[in-house]
Amino acid sequence: MNALPWTIYLSFAGAALALVAGARSAAAARGVALVTALASFGATLYTAASFVPTKGLQTIVNTPWVTELGIRYHLAADGISLTLLVLTGLAATAGVLFSWNITERTGEFFALYLALIGGVYGVFLSADAFVLFVFYEIAIVPKYFLIANWGSTNREYGAMKLVLYSFAGSALVLAGLLWAYAAGGGRSLALADLATAAASFSRPEQLGMFALVFLGFAVLAGMFPFHTWAPTGHVAAPTAASMLLAGVVMKLGAYGCLRVAMPLFPVGFAYFQPFIAWLAIAGILYAGLVALVQDDFKFVIGYSSVSHMGFVLLGLAAANSQAVSGAVLQMFSHGVIAGLLFAVVGRMVYERTHTRQLADLRGLPLHRLMPFAALTFVLGGLASMGMPGFSGFPAELTILIGTWKTSPLWATFAAGGVLVAAAFTLRVIHVSFFGNTAAATTCAVPDHPYAPISWPEKAGALLLIAATVYVGLKPDVLLNWITPALQSPLMQAVLKGGQP
Amino acid sequence: MNLDYTELLHAFLPEASLIIGALVVLGLDLTIARQHDAATRLTTSVWIALIALAAAAYHSFHAGTGGDAFGGVLVLDSLTRATRLGVLVLAGLTLALAPGVSRLRHPAEYVAIVLFATCGFTVMAAAQQLLVAFLALELASLSLYVLAGYDKSRRESAEAALKYFLFGGMSAAFLLFGFSLIYGLTGSIEFGEIAQQLSVMPANPLLVVALVMVLVAFGFKAAAAPFHLWAPDVYAGAPAPSAALIASASKLAGFTLFVRLLWVGFGPSAGAHSTVSAPGWITIVAILSAVSLLLGNLAALAQGNVRRLLAYSAIAHAGALLLGVIAAGRSGPGPLFYYAATYGLATVGAFGVIAVVERSGRCQQLTDLAGLHRRSPLLALCLLVFVLSLAGIPPLAGFFGKFIVFAAALKLGGLGTSAGWLALLAIAMSAVGLYYYLLILKQALVAKPAAAAGPIAVNAWSACALVAAALGLLVLGVLPSLLLRQF
Repeated sequence: MNALPWTIYLSFAGAALALVAGARSAAAARGVALVTALASFGATLYTAASFVPTKGLQTIVNTPWVTELGIRYHLAADGISLTLLVLTGLAATAGVLFSWNITERTGEFFALYLALIGGVYGVFLSADAFVLFVFYEIAIVPKYFLIANWGSTNREYGAMKLVLYSFAGSALVLAGLLWAYAAGGGRSLALADLATAAASFSRPEQLGMFALVFLGFAVLAGMFPFHTWAPTGHVAAPTAASMLLAGVVMKLGAYGCLRVAMPLFPVGFAYFQPFIAWLAIAGILYAGLVALVQDDFKFVIGYSSVSHMGFVLLGLAAANSQAVSGAVLQMFSHGVIAGLLFAVVGRMVYERTHTRQLADLRGLPLHRLMPFAALTFVLGGLASMGMPGFSGFPAELTILIGTWKTSPLWATFAAGGVLVAAAFTLRVIHVSFFGNTAAATTCAVPDHPYAPISWPEKAGALLLIAATVYVGLKPDVLLNWITPALQSPLMQAVLKGGQP
Repeated sequence: MNLDYTELLHAFLPEASLIIGALVVLGLDLTIARQHDAATRLTTSVWIALIALAAAAYHSFHAGTGGDAFGGVLVLDSLTRATRLGVLVLAGLTLALAPGVSRLRHPAEYVAIVLFATCGFTVMAAAQQLLVAFLALELASLSLYVLAGYDKSRRESAEAALKYFLFGGMSAAFLLFGFSLIYGLTGSIEFGEIAQQLSVMPANPLLVVALVMVLVAFGFKAAAAPFHLWAPDVYAGAPAPSAALIASASKLAGFTLFVRLLWVGFGPSAGAHSTVSAPGWITIVAILSAVSLLLGNLAALAQGNVRRLLAYSAIAHAGALLLGVIAAGRSGPGPLFYYAATYGLATVGAFGVIAVVERSGRCQQLTDLAGLHRRSPLLALCLLVFVLSLAGIPPLAGFFGKFIVFAAALKLGGLGTSAGWLALLAIAMSAVGLYYYLLILKQALVAKPAAAAGPIAVNAWSACALVAAALGLLVLGVLPSLLLRQF
C-alpha cells in the first residue's frame, strides 16, 4: 500500500520535470512523461499484486495538516480506489503514447497532463474531504489549457464550457461540504467523522447537503441534463485529453458521489434516489439517441460517454451491493473503452484524414487504408456495445441485474440503452470504416498513402484492448476487490438507507 | 493616566525605522546622489528603503504581543504584529518592482512616499484610539494620492489621483463626522471605553447615524460596492507599483483597523447574526458584502481592460473580506488576516507582471498580454500563479483563504444567519470569477503574441520580487498553518 501515494508525488514531480525538460527538447519531455506515467502505473499494479481486499479501507498516511481546522492529510485505499487507480495508470500511460505526436510546446503539454493525473490519483486516495477537494480542483484547471492550447474544433469555447461546468460543480461540492463541516462543529473534515456528525443533522439539512454535494459531483460525472459540457469539451480536446477526460475525469465525479455524497448523507440519498435513477436513465437513452444522429465522428463517442456514464449513475442509484459493484466495474470498463475509441477517432483517423465528418469518411475505404485502426475500433465498439468477452458486458450486466433487484422498471428502461448503444456503434463502424466502397472509387481517395500507424499508437491500443479483454474474461479480478469494499460501515449505511 | 514614553518609543520603533529610512533616502538624494542618473538614484533609494523595511520588520517582530501600550492608545497583539509584518513585506515587494518598471521623474521621492505610506499602514495596524486611527489612515491615504498621480507624463495618472483624492477626502469627512458623533455619545475616543459605554447605552438613533457614517467611509477606503467608483479608474491610471500598493498593503492595514474598530470598539452594537430585527452594524456590513460580491464579479465579466478587471475583482474580494469581518467576532481575526495577506500578495504579483510588461509597450487591454508565454515564460508562469490564487484554485493560498473565511462564516450558525447565505453567495460567485480570471490566462498562455511584440526582458529586481511572491503563495497555500498559528 505504501507505494500508492507515490503515484501522486511522482506525477507532480514529473510535471515539473517535463516543464523543465520541454524547454530543451520535446523528446526529453515525452520521455519524462512516459517514465512518470509508467512508474505510477507500476506502483498501482505492484500494490494490486499484494492487495488484500477484505481489509477494507486501509489508511496509508494520516498526519495533521492544518491543525487549526482539524484537517488531516489522510490517504487511504480500498478495492474501489484501487480499481480506479489502476484505471488511471492505464489511461495515463496510453494517453502519453497517443500524444507522442505533440510537437508544439511539448513540455507544457505534458506538465499540464501530469498535473491533471496527479490530481486524479489524489482524489482516488483521499480519505479526508478537504484533501479530496484540493486534489479535485487541481484536476480541473489543467483541462482548460490542455483543450484551449492543443485542441481542435471550437476549442476555446469547449474548454471554457467544460471548465466552468466543472468548477461550478466543485463550488456546489464546496458549499455542501463546508455547510456539513460547520454544522458538525467544525472539528474535522475526515469523511468518517463527517458521516458521524451528519447522522445527527436534521432531515432538511441532510437533504440540502446531499443535493449540493451530489449535484456538484454529478455534473462532472455527466449526469443528464448537466452533461452538455462533456461532448463539446471532449470533441474540442486533444486526443490524450479526451481519453483522460472521458476515461478518468468523469469517474472523479462518480467516485465523489459514491465516496462522499452517498455515505455522508444517507437520508438525503434515500430521498433523492428515484430522481437520480430516472435522470440516469434519461441520460442513457437521450445521449444514446443523440449519438445515433451525429455527423461528427468524435461527437458520437462524446455522447456515448454520457450514455455509458448513465449506467454508472444508475448503478449507484440502485444502491445494492451488486449494482454498486457493477457501477465501479463500469467506471473501469468505460475508462478503458472510451480511451480506446477516442484514440482511434482523434489520433489514428483525424490526424491522417483531417476530417471527422462521417459524410466525408463514408467515401474513404478506411478499412483498407488503415486496417489496424479499423480493427481497434471494431474491438472497442464491440466492447462498448457490451459484447461478451469484453469488459462492457460484465459491467452493464451486473448493473442491470442489480438494478432489477431494486426496481425492475428502471432496469427495463435502462436495458433499452444497451440496444441504442448497439445501434449507434454499429452505425458509426459501418459509416466510418466500411463506408460505401463503390463510391470510394469516385470519391477523393488520397493521392498519397496515410502515414502508417506508429509504434506508440499500436502499443497504446494493444494496452487498452488487453485490459478490456482481460476484465471481460475475468471480471472477478476486479469484483473481488470492489465487493468487499462495500462491506465498510460507511457503505453499508448507503446500501441500507438506499433500499426502497 | 500614567504615560510611559519609553513604552511609546518601543511600540513605535518600526515607524521610527521607516521615517528615518525615508529621511535618509531624501537626504542622500538631495546631496550625494545629485550627479548620478535616475536609475542609480532609484536603485540606491530602493536599497536604503529595503533596509529600513527590514529594520521595521525586526522591530515589529520584537515589539511583542504585550497588549495595550501607552495607556491603551495602541495595542500590540498578534494581529498587530502579523499585519505590520504583512504590510512591510508587501511594501518591500512593491518597492522591489519599482527599479524594473518605472521611468519615474523623482525616484527618491517616490521611494520615500512609499515609506511614509507604509508608516501609516503600520500605525493603522496598532491603533486602538479614534484619533490615532484617523491620523494613520490619513497619513497613508495622502501618501497614496500622491503615488497614484506620480506619473506626470500621463493624463490617466493625474485623473486617477484626482478621483482618488476627491473620493478619499469625502470619505475622510464621513469618517471624522462619524467619529465625532461617537465621541459625543460615549465621551471617549478609546476603543475599549467606547465599547463599555455602548454596552450600557440605550438604543440611540444618533448611534445608527454614526455607525453608517463610519461604515460608508470604510466602504470607500476598502473599495466596497456601492462606494467603489474610484477603484477602476485608479487601478487603471496609477503607475503599476502604486496600484499594487493601493490594492494590497493598504487593504490589509485597512481591514485590520476596520475589524478592530468594529469588534473592539463597536462590539456591543454588532447586532445579532441571525435576525435583522436587532439592527447593528453586522446588517450593514452584510449588505455591503453582498453588493460587492455581486457587483464586483458581474462587472468584471465585461471588462476588456486588465487593470479595470483586477479592480472589479478587488471589489469582489472586498466583499469576501467583509464577510471575514463579520465572522471575526467568533473565529478571531485569523481567517480575515490570512485572506487579506494572501490576496495582497497575489495582487502585488499581478500588478508586478503588468508593470514589467508595460516596460515594453502598453499593458492596459487584456490583449496586451497576448502571447506572454512566448514573450517571457517566467512572467507567464508567475501570472498563472497569481491569477489562479486570486481565483481560489488549490494548492495556492487564495483557495485556502476562501475556504477558511467561508468556513468561519458558516460556523456562525449554518444557514440560519445572513453570513451563512453570504458564504454560499460568495462560493457561487467564485465560479463566476473563474471565467474572467481564465480570460486573463487565455491571453497570456493560449493566444499568440501580436506580430510587433518581442520578448520581454525581466530585470533581476522584478524577477526576484515576482518569484518570491509566487513562492509565497504556494508555500502559504500548502502550509497555511504558518500564518494561522500566529493567532
